[in-house]
Amino acid sequence: MEPSTSDAASVEPTTEPDGIDRRGFLKCMAWAGTATVWTISGGLLTSCGIQKAAPHTKDLYFVQISDSHIGFKGAANPDVTGTFSHAIAQVNALPHRPAFVAHTGDLTHLTQAGEFDTVKQLLGTLKTPEVHTIPGEHDAIGDTANQSYLKAFGKNSRGKGYYSFDLNGVHFLFLVNTSGVENLGVLGTDQLDFIKKDLAGRSSDTPLVVFSHIPLFAMYRKWGWFTHDSIEALSNMRRFGSVTCLNGHVHQLMSKTEGNITFHAATCTAYPLPHPGAPGVTIPKPVVLPAGELYSALGIREATYVVHPGTVAVKDDHLV
Amino acid sequence: MTMPAASPSPTLAAPVAATSVSIINFSFKPQVIVVKTGAEVTWTNNDTDAHTVTFYADGSGSKGFQNGESYRHVFGTAGTFKYHCSIHPYMVGEVIVHA
Repeated sequence: MEPSTSDAASVEPTTEPDGIDRRGFLKCMAWAGTATVWTISGGLLTSCGIQKAAPHTKDLYFVQISDSHIGFKGAANPDVTGTFSHAIAQVNALPHRPAFVAHTGDLTHLTQAGEFDTVKQLLGTLKTPEVHTIPGEHDAIGDTANQSYLKAFGKNSRGKGYYSFDLNGVHFLFLVNTSGVENLGVLGTDQLDFIKKDLAGRSSDTPLVVFSHIPLFAMYRKWGWFTHDSIEALSNMRRFGSVTCLNGHVHQLMSKTEGNITFHAATCTAYPLPHPGAPGVTIPKPVVLPAGELYSALGIREATYVVHPGTVAVKDDHLV
Repeated sequence: MTMPAASPSPTLAAPVAATSVSIINFSFKPQVIVVKTGAEVTWTNNDTDAHTVTFYADGSGSKGFQNGESYRHVFGTAGTFKYHCSIHPYMVGEVIVHA
């Protein structure tokens, strides 16, 4: 696959307040379906960095799904429950059983109790030992304390729904960056303190996988596709040899590498959003595709932590 | 509702006397309206995505509402009430209430 940044190059070439030059990082990211800087090996998209694997780790296979938006009504997808159910069926039909499935937020569209009930019921049909979730901003409308979300999915989490755990020697963080009072994309002091303490005693050869709804990298500030205080959070992760950040929110694939940290934005199961910066695109309005093309814009993500070379490989599958 | 404290201060459009606001193309139109105390203001969502009207001062306001749906609010006291869409925080508006 030939690297290309033709679409991405249309994004504003400005230097962000966080010091990230957009044109610079475009060199190491790509839009779904048009370009990639990743190499394909054995059917898996493999990230750039070669890391030394920790001796106690084992290969680990898991799945990410995102942005089901149960309750959405619109021409971009007249049946979001149907496409979410289809995505779950596709996960259940995978040849390997994932160690867990992570839903990276916007489970619901309007934070309604009935919507949470539907999502919970459907997630319960996944053939996996564990389901993990974090909330999106659509799960916190009029509810910045995330009470509705926490009632449905908050067991064993802290604060507004963040937590961490270890599996096969890999450390997983599930972060909440969607419930600021005035802005989205905020982790907040409590969670930043949690991250710092959570990582403080860990060996630098521990692989980290970090889930969030909104990207932890500055994907497109104009639409709020960034996290205001991510620099502090990421500063606690830079000493680790392998850090993989997986997010939702943007309804499209995009990847970026920043030193030892790789970022992968995921597609969704609900409806596509436009590519920011593309010609004629000014607002993140749900995209209405020609009949028959919706499934190719939606998808699921398979991810595998591979001890050798010690990185997380992701494979993005559209719905079929 | 109390007067808002600190809140973002982007450049806003000129105030317009109106009691109806259309939400269209991810913006509030008119963006800044002037009403009299006791007026009821109606926001109608004409977009294909859901939006909210959320006041900075205390986080109160609408639930999420979708295309074709409306939210109404009566302003009982004079003041300047800044708001945004909590789902799309770059969408901002203001209601100036005169006695």
